[in-house]
Amino acid sequence: METKTSHLRSEEMILNMGPQHPSTHGVLRLEVELDGELIIDVRPHIGYLHRCFEKHCEAMTYPQIIPYVDRLDYLASMYNEFGYALAVERLAGIEVPPRVEYIRVIMGELQRIASHLVAVGTYGLDIGAFTPFLYCFIEREKILTLFEMTCGARLLYNYIWVGGVSHDLPPDFIRLTKEFIVTFKPIIAELNNLLSYNKIFIERTANVGILPLDTAINFGVTGPNLRASGLKWDLRRDDPYSIYDKFDFEIPVGEGWHGTVGDCWDRYYLRMLEMEQSIRIIEQAIEQIPDGDVTSAIPKRIKPAEGQIYSRVENPRGELGYYIVSKGGLQPHRLKVRPPSFVNLEVLGELCKGHLVADVIAILGSIDIVLGEVDR
Amino acid sequence: MIIFEYLADLFGAIPAAFISGILPIAFVVPYALFAVYWERKVSAHMQDRLGPMRTGWHGYLQTIADILKLIQKEDIVATAVDKPLFNLAPILVFAGSYAAFAAIPFSSAYIGANVDLGMLYIIAVSGLVVAGILMAGWASNNKYSLIGAVRSAAQIVSYEIPTVIVILTLFSIVGTLNLYELSEIQSSNIFNWMIFGGNVIGWKKIVLIPLMFAAFIIIYLTTLAEVNRTPFDIPEAESELVAGYHTEYSGMKFAMFFLAEYANMFAVSAIVATLFLGGYHSPFGYLGNLLGISWLVPVEQFFWFTFKGLGFVTVQMWLRWTLPRLRVDQLMTVCWKYLIPLSFVIFLLVSLLMVL
Repeated sequence: METKTSHLRSEEMILNMGPQHPSTHGVLRLEVELDGELIIDVRPHIGYLHRCFEKHCEAMTYPQIIPYVDRLDYLASMYNEFGYALAVERLAGIEVPPRVEYIRVIMGELQRIASHLVAVGTYGLDIGAFTPFLYCFIEREKILTLFEMTCGARLLYNYIWVGGVSHDLPPDFIRLTKEFIVTFKPIIAELNNLLSYNKIFIERTANVGILPLDTAINFGVTGPNLRASGLKWDLRRDDPYSIYDKFDFEIPVGEGWHGTVGDCWDRYYLRMLEMEQSIRIIEQAIEQIPDGDVTSAIPKRIKPAEGQIYSRVENPRGELGYYIVSKGGLQPHRLKVRPPSFVNLEVLGELCKGHLVADVIAILGSIDIVLGEVDR
Repeated sequence: MIIFEYLADLFGAIPAAFISGILPIAFVVPYALFAVYWERKVSAHMQDRLGPMRTGWHGYLQTIADILKLIQKEDIVATAVDKPLFNLAPILVFAGSYAAFAAIPFSSAYIGANVDLGMLYIIAVSGLVVAGILMAGWASNNKYSLIGAVRSAAQIVSYEIPTVIVILTLFSIVGTLNLYELSEIQSSNIFNWMIFGGNVIGWKKIVLIPLMFAAFIIIYLTTLAEVNRTPFDIPEAESELVAGYHTEYSGMKFAMFFLAEYANMFAVSAIVATLFLGGYHSPFGYLGNLLGISWLVPVEQFFWFTFKGLGFVTVQMWLRWTLPRLRVDQLMTVCWKYLIPLSFVIFLLVSLLMVL
């Protein structure tokens, strides 16, 4: 008997993931083209958080911009300030005291740990493991408490200023940071046992969303995502800024521990390894930190000479660059940010092709974007 | 004596059937309220939190407050839904999971309906849940719901196969599908429990024990999948599909799905306990027999039954808050490539053993 199926229409389904969705890590809309559960294409739609940051900067003096810089990558505010202060200092030729440099590095690396903890925790959440997320947040809370006692804020700090930092470290800070490091080291091992080496977790992430090195370079991917694909590229080592050349630390790269180099598990696990390295840097910085005044080099008025600068730092998510053009006024003539999340997000469509719906979430989580920075 | 017979003597068969049919509700609803509370506390303590603490002593009244809130909520029905199906689905899902309680023996004095094919009846009736979930997913006119429903149907249908094979294995040992008789076979001694080979004696029992352990693990995994719990909760995977098939539901209809999920959790736990862990029988003997108070024995049995059931429910919660979620293809792999062949092998070995 002949069955007639020609009249049955078959078509791809377009699924709008977001802007309100539990796992898009903010207000991101993914237009997912599906054939059953199989993905044909993923098109990210961004701009829901756009707030004219760059244009706004042209109307503000250099120090006024710092609070806005906080709001770019709100999980790594300290590092955004660090990068911005560095760029303006280079532009205006300001030397900062050594104690300031050490404070900035300690803050930056603590921020990196806090940011990676969110990345790792929410990644577990994406895969369906709820508990590691809260374990990560307990630790992040301790770091935020350290920040709070330093500058009064827990998320958006306005702490690192051009030419210095707003306050010196509080008296207990060094002791509490040392205590935190001692308690945090075993936590990494615990998280690894709970999540990283879990059989189901490995099944879900290994060999999923493989990012080959040449694709990563072509798309301009930076940070842990690039290193997970196997390239030892870290601006702290390859284009040293501040005092990073004084510290002894390693740059972990993806080795395809459970699958192929550059898969989701590599990207995830690299963040675990980076947290260990950040701890090493903090330990050394705490040992070496000199005494001194932290506000002495802060200028009353910042009026750089005419010129331009591109200054970049290794933010927890990759290369954060500030391009500033000065026409000699109190405000920048143009300020352009090169946000790592925005550039890293571009590669999503490439990674998702041929995977299943559940993998979109796994891949997006492993790229670790912050929408505040994608949209600016 | 079974309560039904006692009531039938008093009032006649039809009112007796009615009363003894109502009784499980008196158990299921308070149980579900407790289980929701329990799940919150278990998850909270696993995550270094306290969980609900404000409503009543240690938050005891929290779920009651939640249900009151859900009853008062506006019942939102989107304009593009298929209304009759949309309204019917939660009722069907709850009916399916509640109907399973009819054939479960809670103690030697109480079983809703002493059916000869009790086990088959339960399997058949829990099939209703699939229909309800598919209905909900289709009627919601939401893509997430649809994907969730299709996943759920595929999952439940697949995982019923190893469940049934394991039940067949048990059938080949004891020769009955009546859960009441099955429980009675496992009486008097912990080594009469099916996990230790039931009432089989001699060398066969020693061979049976490892096979029964394997069968027990298989049926525990498959029932976990049938109630859509982590690591098999892909139909409602909240990080991918928002809430799966019940994305569009709110208020009391949502509560029905919620209640059905918890009722189902207990139903499958009870089935596993009845099939393998002696049903309502105590592992130690009864205080009632010791003191010579005969009515105490069924009460103790009821306690042991709830204890075993809640124990399994707690393990389900423990797994949920520890493990990540499988992907849909991996879920099918686990079922078709591992569980089904393994259960077939166990079935063949056990049948062979019983023929010898």
